[in-house]
Amino acid sequence: MKIVVCVKQVPDTTNIKVDPETGTLKRETAGTVMNPFDMYAIEEGLRLKEKLGGTVTVVSMGLPMAKDMLKIAIGMGADEAVLLSDRRLAGSDTWATSYALAKTCEKLGYDVILFGKQAVDGDTAQVGPSTAAYLNAPQITWVKKIREINEKEIIAERLMEDGTDVVKASLPVVLTVVKEINEPRLESLKGKMRAKKYEVPTWTLDDIAGDEAMVGVKNSPTRVNKSWTPVREFGKAELISGADAAETADKLYVKLKELGFVK
Amino acid sequence: MNYFLTDEEQMILETSRELAVKKVKPIREHYDAEGIFPWDIVKEMSNLGLCGLYIPEEYGGMAAGGSKGIMQLVLCVEEMSKICGGISLAMAASALGTFPILLGATDEQKKKYLPDIAEGKKLAAFGLTEAGAGSDAGSMRTTAVKKGGKYVLNGTKQWITNGSEAETYTVFAMTDKAKGTRGCSCFIVEKGTPGFTFGKKENKMGIRASATTELIFQDCEVPAENLVGGREGLGFIHAVGTLNHSRPGVAAQALGIAAGALDEALAYSRQREQFGTKISSFQAVQHILANMAVEVEAARGLVYNVARAVDKGATDFAKDSAMAKYYASEVAMRVTTNAVQVFGGYGYMKEYPVEKMMRDAKITQIYEGTSQIQLNEIAAKLIKEQAMKKK
Repeated sequence: MKIVVCVKQVPDTTNIKVDPETGTLKRETAGTVMNPFDMYAIEEGLRLKEKLGGTVTVVSMGLPMAKDMLKIAIGMGADEAVLLSDRRLAGSDTWATSYALAKTCEKLGYDVILFGKQAVDGDTAQVGPSTAAYLNAPQITWVKKIREINEKEIIAERLMEDGTDVVKASLPVVLTVVKEINEPRLESLKGKMRAKKYEVPTWTLDDIAGDEAMVGVKNSPTRVNKSWTPVREFGKAELISGADAAETADKLYVKLKELGFVK
Repeated sequence: MNYFLTDEEQMILETSRELAVKKVKPIREHYDAEGIFPWDIVKEMSNLGLCGLYIPEEYGGMAAGGSKGIMQLVLCVEEMSKICGGISLAMAASALGTFPILLGATDEQKKKYLPDIAEGKKLAAFGLTEAGAGSDAGSMRTTAVKKGGKYVLNGTKQWITNGSEAETYTVFAMTDKAKGTRGCSCFIVEKGTPGFTFGKKENKMGIRASATTELIFQDCEVPAENLVGGREGLGFIHAVGTLNHSRPGVAAQALGIAAGALDEALAYSRQREQFGTKISSFQAVQHILANMAVEVEAARGLVYNVARAVDKGATDFAKDSAMAKYYASEVAMRVTTNAVQVFGGYGYMKEYPVEKMMRDAKITQIYEGTSQIQLNEIAAKLIKEQAMKKK
């Protein structure tokens, strides 16, 4: 089974600050990490390999410094890693990125492609689904459990706000995973030793036979009009209390009715 | 201080630290309170490749290029013990139980027992101490009588770390009482051997996530091929060799506990305010912290140097090994006590980790030779060395 995991290098959100003037992230002050959700995608890829055999290849599109992040995946046990890095890709939005990743997956060959459910910098959750669209492959997003999988099909559980969806799809398939799916492993000693020596190959747009007219800032339809930090309104809370629980509940009921939350 | 660790050593340190911080830290308080054996952490150590650091490559371990891998063991035990000196003991005590095999076993015995231990599939335990034979190990009463192709073991071993959890036990017994310590032999006894049972699990002051039990042998028949080294009478030599090799490991446990307590005290002093300022700004506190740091670094210097000397093939290191164990364990007790002092009233409470660190530290002055026994060994060697020079 050919398993491909797509990962992204993101600013370390535990460290990041927002510029109050422009509303954008101050990327230069934060370190970078692998998008936390992608760690779960790698773990699930490794578990699929352990169960069904095959290979796990981890792919990222980004700057050369993302090689260090890809080495973490090798340390965890991925067989190979590929960095897609090319000036012509700079400024690509989710649509253009998905095209480039789809072309990369096509070149690698795939049965299962895994993504984290979203990246914590943009939070769009679009690249997994869009990649599936480019590949014309079925997609199951927000996967919290793979119930069954074989060479032909998969049955997976999706984490929904109101419960669980159970979805069956044919392979090849694109999955995006939530953190409930597993607990990512740490890098093993042998993995770290292999990662240290491992040379991450860099592919360009030519390597994936990509069309220049599909990528880069010029060919990205997304336009950001404005971004800002919402103003928090303080002091609007009201503490409702009474002599006992019954009286408190009565008062609360009256208040909720006043506000129109109950009829 | 820069100890110029090799790339491999640095990776062992980082892997151990990551495991300790991410997986051990969240559970240490609970495991200590309930006395839970850390099989989940042993499994993690196995997955990460940390169980065979001191076992040669040819037997599935990570000790390569003729090194005994003691430095690798030390780094892992230190990092794990910074977070929990009880949980780190599962693997460290397994090393203690494995050394008689590494030092004295035949190639066949090594091939049979070492790979599973190196891989972390099985733990080992060391069975020397008895109720009446502590520091005076020579007075042991457990016997092994040869009967055909078997040895019949009778007796009880006490306070055996990893007891009942380990699969592979290296057990010392008298094969010829008349010969004294030369009549002692070491046997590999597998869990489940008929006549081999476990006594009660001890309720201890510290290292409570580690299992300590009696090993009870009642007409326990052990195949003669399990006699370590295939020859009777070498048991005491194997025991002494084992303790010389394992002491850097206990010293690393003590060092780790001390270093962990220093980390906690330092962080707390920079956060706790009294008299309108951080307590780290008071010279009285600064001097305590500075003293702790000096002692921890001095202990580290001793431990690392002995470990490296053993790895490089030093033969006469019993005194150095005793010095490292003695000093690091004394430092562990002093530094953890001081850490509690820096924390003040909070330090005495179980909500803060230094209380447990102080309890965990105490055992390092007692087991694998008390501090007093270490001093005896050091003094005896000192006198012997000078006497030899005069000749």
